[in-house]
Amino acid sequence: MTAISPDVRPTLGRGFRLQWEPAQQAHVLLYPEGMVKLNGSAGEILKRCDGARTVGEIVNDLESAFSATGLAKDVTAFMNVALEKRWLEIPE
Amino acid sequence: MSEVARTGPGPPLWLLCELTYTCPLHCVFCYNPTDFARTEQELSTEDWLRVLRQGRELGAVQLGLSGGEPLSRDDLEIIVGEAHKLGYYTNLITSGIGLTEPRIKALKEAGLDHIQLSFQDSTREVNDFLSSTRTFELKSKVAALIKRYEYPMVLNVVLHRLNIDHVQQILEMAESMQAEYVELANTQYYGWAWHNRERLLPSREQLQRAEETTQRFRDRAGQKMRIFFVVPDYFERRPKPCMNGLGSVFLTVTPDGTALPCHAARMLPGLTFPNVKDAAIEWIWRDSPGFNHFRGDAWMKEPCRSCPEKTKDFGGCRCQAYLMTGDPANTDPVCDLSPHHHLVTEMVAKASAPQAPPAPVEKPLLFRDRKNSRALLELPTPSAPHSQC
Repeated sequence: MTAISPDVRPTLGRGFRLQWEPAQQAHVLLYPEGMVKLNGSAGEILKRCDGARTVGEIVNDLESAFSATGLAKDVTAFMNVALEKRWLEIPE
Repeated sequence: MSEVARTGPGPPLWLLCELTYTCPLHCVFCYNPTDFARTEQELSTEDWLRVLRQGRELGAVQLGLSGGEPLSRDDLEIIVGEAHKLGYYTNLITSGIGLTEPRIKALKEAGLDHIQLSFQDSTREVNDFLSSTRTFELKSKVAALIKRYEYPMVLNVVLHRLNIDHVQQILEMAESMQAEYVELANTQYYGWAWHNRERLLPSREQLQRAEETTQRFRDRAGQKMRIFFVVPDYFERRPKPCMNGLGSVFLTVTPDGTALPCHAARMLPGLTFPNVKDAAIEWIWRDSPGFNHFRGDAWMKEPCRSCPEKTKDFGGCRCQAYLMTGDPANTDPVCDLSPHHHLVTEMVAKASAPQAPPAPVEKPLLFRDRKNSRALLELPTPSAPHSQC
């Protein structure tokens, strides 16, 4: 599949909900009759996918939040997987 | 000592509230207990709201609202509203009967996240026969309503011997309803389905044909409709990791308030299950003997006890072990390492015989209703469950 473009504004897929669960000390992604417990970086990426920020802005935001550089490759790789799984969608 | 015993159980991530045994359908494959007519007093609204609050405090996050038919409770909107406020992801598991436009609107406003609609078959005749009521057209209308209120269209069709040959038509119907997810779930043999198992278990050939049809349909339909095909576990050689182990993630509360580690567990002998009217969910989940009994692996017998796969399938299903062998601590007989595995293979062989026996007149399909439930209660109890096999 083609890699996600830096200009699109991903949002959570319809029917999915992201929330912090104190009992699990993790972000979880909830969907019909199921749940994914997210690791730290997946949670940080998905919580920024609000349909307003572009992929490029999300990468910049993450790099500044975690004082890191060169995150684009890992972030887009994760987003591609998330699109495939319908955790994310790109509004038309 | 097992991990669970050292650290205590994790949260009951899945809370299933069976709000009522009342149901306008009378499905022959229902997993509800055949003695449900014993239940006279259902939990009150306030009881359910307390269960929701206490469950959420323990970390429950997925909420199933089922029954019976949950829409037959007129406080469903109140229950959904509270669940949504508490942060649950709310799933309504329904036949769709009673889902009028005002109700779906109110449920949407209350925060309902998801609706799973069940269908018995694609042809009106079979649908109506198996659920013993005329509901097919109504369900088609409900499916349209679900789309209109922007819920993902998730269709669940329970398969068995009498409808499994209609898989192609079922999938075409799902496509015409613009279903996004279709679960073709073969009957699990508990409750009414166990009683009717000889009439419901498909042959190996039927199953294989249905799987091939499903795969062809998947190849054609691509991504727009996701189809899950759940094989009846009698055809497997290893058991399912039932409930991920009892007391691991799953908590059911039945219409009368009995708390169970799986929706069929009330049948298990020698165990007492607490009631949410008498005890808090935290004690029930962490401390009650009924929930602790099958945690870890100390309860296991051979061949499970020394089996390297015990951490993967937890010995399979306790209810299935009990129904077939009379002892819930035995290995699930679906496993081909079980000394009782022949009970399963014999049932499959019987169902797959070229001249499958015609429907025995002396044991007709038993529809799930209060009258039949009472009638079954008056029957003398069989000396051992496996004598029915």
